[in-house]
Amino acid sequence: MQQAPEPTTAVSVIRRTRPANSPSSWPRRRFVGALAAAAAAPASAQFRVEITGIGGTQIPVAIATFRDEDKAPVPVAAIVRADLQRSGLFRLVDAPAGLDENSRINVAEYRGRGADALAVGSVSRLADGRNDVRFKLWDLVKGEELVGQSHAALPADMRLAAHRVADSIYQNLTGERGVFSTRIAYVTKAGNRYQLHVTDADGEGGQIALASPDPIISPAWSPSGKELAYVSFESQKAVVWVQDVATGQRRMLANFRGSNSAPAWSPDGRDLALTLSRDAVAQLYLMSRDGGTPRRITQSSAIDTEPAFSPDGRQIYFVSDRGGGPQIYRMPVGGGNAERVTFSGSYNISPAISPDGRMLAFITRQGGAFKVMVQELAGGAATAITDTSDDESPSFAPNGRLLVYASRAQGRDVLMTTTLDGKNKSRLLTTGADMREPAWGPFGR
Amino acid sequence: MQHPKRILGTALMALALGGLFAGCSSTKLDEAPVESRNVPADGASAGAAGKAGGSGTAQSSVATVDLSKQGAATSGPLSQRVLYFDFDSFVVKDEYRPMLEAHAKVLSANRSKRMTLEGHTDERGGREYNLALGQKRAEAVLKSMVLLGVQDSQLEAVSFGEEKPAVQGNDEAAWAKNRRVELKDK
Repeated sequence: MQQAPEPTTAVSVIRRTRPANSPSSWPRRRFVGALAAAAAAPASAQFRVEITGIGGTQIPVAIATFRDEDKAPVPVAAIVRADLQRSGLFRLVDAPAGLDENSRINVAEYRGRGADALAVGSVSRLADGRNDVRFKLWDLVKGEELVGQSHAALPADMRLAAHRVADSIYQNLTGERGVFSTRIAYVTKAGNRYQLHVTDADGEGGQIALASPDPIISPAWSPSGKELAYVSFESQKAVVWVQDVATGQRRMLANFRGSNSAPAWSPDGRDLALTLSRDAVAQLYLMSRDGGTPRRITQSSAIDTEPAFSPDGRQIYFVSDRGGGPQIYRMPVGGGNAERVTFSGSYNISPAISPDGRMLAFITRQGGAFKVMVQELAGGAATAITDTSDDESPSFAPNGRLLVYASRAQGRDVLMTTTLDGKNKSRLLTTGADMREPAWGPFGR
Repeated sequence: MQHPKRILGTALMALALGGLFAGCSSTKLDEAPVESRNVPADGASAGAAGKAGGSGTAQSSVATVDLSKQGAATSGPLSQRVLYFDFDSFVVKDEYRPMLEAHAKVLSANRSKRMTLEGHTDERGGREYNLALGQKRAEAVLKSMVLLGVQDSQLEAVSFGEEKPAVQGNDEAAWAKNRRVELKDK
C-alpha cells in the first residue's frame, strides 16, 4: 500500500487511500471533476465570512471535508474552515475530497499545493445516538502527524465539536488557545422586542437567554462562563440582573433608587463593579456577586461609568467626564487617585482591556463618527482599526487576538469581529434584527 | 340626532372648563380633580378598588374624571409632562418653569403622590454613557422640583438613555425630540 513516490496528483492519493472496495477503477476524469466541484464550492459561503483586508503572516491550511459529515447535523469541515479563516491567521488551501483520519497522506503532494498543514477526519454515529467526530492534523512542513483526536458529541453539541476541532488546529499551529468554542452574548431589537442571545463565537447556533418588551443592555459574562449580568428596563428603570445561562434562573442584583447599570465582573468572579445613581448622578460601586450593600469607589461630582477590571483584578478602568468630555481613567479597585488613560479626542468611552492586560480597546468620537480604537497601555498612540462610523461596545476574545464590536452596515446594526491590527474583519451572521451590545465570553462554559 | 350630540359636546366642554377653572381658583379645589384623575391610574393594578374609589367621590362620575383629564391634556401647565434639552445640555430651560411649578404644587399638596422623572438622550454616543447623561437630565429636573417644594422622597430620577426614543430618525429634528425628561405619575 505504501508505495514510494507516485505521481503527485490528487487522484492518485485518493485512489491509494480508498478502502479496497472503493471504485479505484473510476475514470480519472471523474475524480478530477469531483475535486473541481469540491474546490468550487465556497468553503464558508453559508457563514458569510466576509473578510476584508489580509493579515501579514497567514498559515496556509487545507481542511478536507470530513468523511460522512453529510450525514451529521452540521457541516463540520465548513465550520472549521470558517473559524480558521475568521481568525485572520490562516489562509485556506483547497483540500481534496475522500480523505479521513485513517488516510495515508502524501505529504509532498499537499506541500506542493501550498499547504503547511492538512486536517482530515470523519463523523460516525455511535450506538447511543451521539456522533464521534475524529480528526487528524498533519504538519506538511515537517511531514508528521501533529494531533489526532476524537470527540463524542450529542447532536445538539455538534457545532461545539466542530469548533473544538478548529480550536485544536489553531492551538497546534499557533501555540495559543483558540476561541472558536467560546460564546458571545449580544442583544437584538426587532420592533419592540428585545432579546439577549447567546451564540457560538461564529455567530451561529444562537439561543435566547432573555426576551423582553423592554430594552436590555450591557451583558457581561461571569469569569466562569456560566452567568450573565445585564441591565434590563423591564421595571421601567435600569436594574442589574444576574442570570444562570444554562438554567435561566435569574436574580436582581442591584435595584437601588435611580439607575443601576454597567455591570463588570471581577476576574475572580466574586464581585461586580457597577454604576449606581443612588447617591449622585452616576458613580462606581463594588458589590458582592451575592448582593448586599454596595461600596462606593468613586467620589466625583461628574459621571463615572463603564467600569472594566484589569485582568489582575487590581485596577478598574472607567469612563468619566470629570475633565469635561468623557475620557477613560484608571484607578485602584480599593479606591484612590484616578489617572487619565486616553488623551486624544474629546469623547472616549467603552473601555475593554485585553486578557493580558496590555491593550485597551475603546470607542472614540471623531466628528460625527464613532470608531473602535486600540491602544497599548504601556504607552503609545491610539489607532483606529475600523473604517465604519457607528462602532459600539468592543469586547476582547479570551485569547486577546480578536475583538467583537457592534457597528452599522447597509443601514442595519451588525456585529463584527476584527483582529487587533484591523486587517482582518468578518461580519457575524445577522438574524434580520438589529444586533448590538456584544460581549465575548471566557474559555469555560 | 345631531342636535343632542352637539348639546352633549357643549356640556362636556363646560365640564372640562369647569374643572380647569376650579383647578386655578383655589388649592383645595385644585386637589379634587387631580386626585380623581389619579384614581384610575393608580387603580390600574387593582381595577375594582380604583373604580369603587372613583364612584365614592361625590362630585364625579367616571365620565367626569375622563373629561377633566381630556381638558388637562389640551391646555394648562399640568398637561405638560415633557421637557426638552439642548444638545449636550442638562439645563432646565426657563420655559418649563410654569410646568414644573404646576406639578410641584400638586405634589406639595399631596405628599403621598409620587412621580418618576425619566431622562432620555438622543441616539448618538455610547449606551451606558447616554444612560448616565439621561440620568443627569432627570436629576436636574428633580433638583428644580425639590427647590419648588417637592419632597425628595416623592421623586425618583431614572434614565432610559438612548433606548426609548420618542421619535425615530437620525437628524437634528428627531434628536431634539429625544433629548428629554418625561414626568410620569407613579
